Amino acid sequence: MSVTLSIAVPGDHIAISTNPATEPFWQAARERRLTACQCGSCGAFRMPPTPFCPKCQSKQLQWPTLPGTATIYSYVVCTRSPYPDVADFVYVPIVVDLDGAPGTRLVSNLVGVDPATVAIGQRVQVEWNPIQDGWLLPVFRLAD
Amino acid sequence: MVWEHRDKAAIVGVGATPYYPRGQSWPRTTNEMIGDAILAACDDAGIKVQQIDGFAYYASAMAGYVDKMDTASLMEMLGIPEVTFTATLTSGGGGSAGSMGLAAAALIAGDATYVVTVMALQQAKQRLGTVFGALAPDPENSFLQPSGLVGPGHLMSVLARRHMHLYGTRREAFAEIVMSSRQNTLNRPGAMRRTPLTLDEYFAAPMLADPLCRLDFCLETDGAVAVITTTSDRALDLKQKPVYIHGAVHGGRAQWGRAFAWMGMPDEYFASAGNKSIADRLWAKTGLSAADMDVALLYDHFSPLVLMQLEDYGFCARGEGGAFVESGAIRFDGGSIPVNPHGGQLSEAYIIGMTHIREAVEQLRGVAINQVPDAELALVTGGPASLPVSGLVLRK
Repeated sequence: MSVTLSIAVPGDHIAISTNPATEPFWQAARERRLTACQCGSCGAFRMPPTPFCPKCQSKQLQWPTLPGTATIYSYVVCTRSPYPDVADFVYVPIVVDLDGAPGTRLVSNLVGVDPATVAIGQRVQVEWNPIQDGWLLPVFRLAD
Repeated sequence: MVWEHRDKAAIVGVGATPYYPRGQSWPRTTNEMIGDAILAACDDAGIKVQQIDGFAYYASAMAGYVDKMDTASLMEMLGIPEVTFTATLTSGGGGSAGSMGLAAAALIAGDATYVVTVMALQQAKQRLGTVFGALAPDPENSFLQPSGLVGPGHLMSVLARRHMHLYGTRREAFAEIVMSSRQNTLNRPGAMRRTPLTLDEYFAAPMLADPLCRLDFCLETDGAVAVITTTSDRALDLKQKPVYIHGAVHGGRAQWGRAFAWMGMPDEYFASAGNKSIADRLWAKTGLSAADMDVALLYDHFSPLVLMQLEDYGFCARGEGGAFVESGAIRFDGGSIPVNPHGGQLSEAYIIGMTHIREAVEQLRGVAINQVPDAELALVTGGPASLPVSGLVLRK
């Protein structure tokens, strides 16, 4: 029996919106750079980006380029389409711990995998899914 | 130190519409159902609707996330002449149990004499099951929604997976929570699901967000439930035996925060129901513990969160919720702590927590359909969700 591999959620059905606090994350993504919001004062990371550092209340920000690797913290296997006009497909939402940004997680998808083999602790590598309005969405594939 | 205002306010009336499958209450509007529930609650209490002068909502006074409750509209509709208190707990269903604390605060402060708390759901236009997916993208949910986690059940399945990973929790435990709930609706004509459920049937149900199947998700129903509270001295003159607000707390810790809408919780909070700090404060406020409860009305929007609340409130140790429920501990018949003898939101109806308050009142009045013998103390919880979460102890 052939195995159905997970795919990305169809990008033409995904829209995002940004505000001044979150836009640098998405602008970096457009350049295929994975970043996270880092306090320019104390260095603590936070995601999603917000205007204040919850540790020191500073508004100073920096946006380092992360290695783009991560570790699966938890995951779900979905086999039904979330969109009425799209046929059912297999997708794997994941929550990952981001390398290079201690304490931050990203909610994303694991693509190109047999859902039965996904496990917490697996190492993953970012890639980019084109979505509406020219944005790129970070998704992940198992690391080599 | 225990709370000095224990038992100074009481629930004196409860009213509800019938419960309907999602969307089927139409053409009854949200406000019509709210009005019916409030009038029924007034009748139950033995007061006139004109005596209501306070409103204590939760869920930001949203009627099921898709509609709103507005005090002025309700006054206009029902002929309530003046209000002296109208306020809500913020966010969503996490505050359902805590709304009784908001009502008590108004009553004890002397800011109102008869307070109503109400919730209504009318899902003809938008179902709650996919409510997040239907939201327009905003800068915050743009970090969540693109993953295809479109409903609360999808989001909570991520927590359930982590609990299974950390503690070896089995799907059999989730099944037991659903089967126990179902066993309690076999004799309830108003319940949505009331046929017995076997383990085989549970495992045959379609997976909606593996590790959760359709039966782990609560019902999507329409209806309204209203509760009237007053001061305990006034309560003595009314029709029903008062059910006292022994302690109520809401809030929660930043480590839980927006919870499954955020997913940044540290490990000890992630695979929990976010209620540990609420439980600690509730037990301190009442001088009681889980062992003192005769019945527990736990917010059961998704079965794994029942298990995690049992841990948060100390009915069992962290990580032992699976074994605890699999032992039969939460069964109405023979369990050490009967959980949701009304069938809860998994099997009876889902009115965002209000059916749990209703059932606690019926248990403590001694008139419940599945009556726990001599029940004197009931725990009621609000939904594990974005803060506030909440807990409530009611006393006979």
